[in-house]
Amino acid sequence: MIEMLSKPWPWYVAGPLIGLTVPFLLIIGNKTFGISSSLRHMCAAIIPAGISYFKYEWKKEIWNLLFVGGIVLGGIFAVTKLANPQPLEIDQNLKSELATYGISDYSNAWVPADIVNWQSLLSLKGFFFIIVGGFLIGFGTRYANGCTSGHSITGLAALQWPSLVATICFMAGGFFAANVLIPFILKF
Amino acid sequence: MDTKAYHNEQEKAAFERDLRMREKDSIEVNESRLQHQWYHNFKYVIAGFLFGIVFIKAEIVSWFRIQEMFRLQSFHMYGIIGSAVVTAAISLWLIRKYKVKTIYGEDIVVNVKPYNKGIVIGGLLFGVGWAITGACPGPLYAQLGTGATVIFATLLSALAGTWVYGLVREKLPH
Repeated sequence: MIEMLSKPWPWYVAGPLIGLTVPFLLIIGNKTFGISSSLRHMCAAIIPAGISYFKYEWKKEIWNLLFVGGIVLGGIFAVTKLANPQPLEIDQNLKSELATYGISDYSNAWVPADIVNWQSLLSLKGFFFIIVGGFLIGFGTRYANGCTSGHSITGLAALQWPSLVATICFMAGGFFAANVLIPFILKF
Repeated sequence: MDTKAYHNEQEKAAFERDLRMREKDSIEVNESRLQHQWYHNFKYVIAGFLFGIVFIKAEIVSWFRIQEMFRLQSFHMYGIIGSAVVTAAISLWLIRKYKVKTIYGEDIVVNVKPYNKGIVIGGLLFGVGWAITGACPGPLYAQLGTGATVIFATLLSALAGTWVYGLVREKLPH
């Protein structure tokens, strides 16, 4: 059983499980699935600074912070108790292209350790992948009023057309970054 | 479980105002009129925990997988998002059809997000950030759980991005 769970899960198992999060959260407490709001609640809790956008009773949204705390714990559990003994398998073309940029460390299958680490934080590449990327996530999701979970999963499933627009824009931004911007930065 | 009681009209008005404020731009506003003991919130930790395991085991939170997706080199992520949407859509349809209630017996309400220009501009910016970090907000938390402590810096920067948005939002086109 553990051996089976330790292998990477196929999309047709993971996708429906993620989809089921939507009715699960609704049934256990009438919560609409969405994650990026957690960043807003943290701002409201830590540094509201008199900004009206952060003046609300964040404690009423505490479920969202507990949910993301659970995600961290789930991550820790999965990499320790259900670790996949095999290295990450990715597309060969991608792998050889990344190798030309000096990215060949797959010891952490989730984060490219060659460019994303504490030492690289002060270099141009590290700053780009850690700080610029993070800032765009925080700024963009709030400007768009949602992220992949709120728009692309919940919104699309609820047949909301603004969420379709949002999803198309997420993908367009991602295609541009992955095919143009990121290779450009990695060549430095 | 008690029904919420207001001490006076001002308190009720303040509550309604706060609710409207959150409704303005956040979807997570389903204010239950029931009050629960604190430990009822524990179920959200468990929900997040299970969700985080799926994130890691399906490699959804892998920077490498996200590059594959945006370079059309793998079907994996499209299969996941597509089947997640279909599963969620069928679930919502069933909830509506059979008027399923919450475990506390309340009517289920799904909040909707109105359209504004921010969806396009913010959506494009977020898409760029998604490809750069290989993570949307949920996966960031899971990446942190993999032991890559440097993601803490990414998360702080995401908080800064959210905060700056709050600061300048009146000046941005919406």
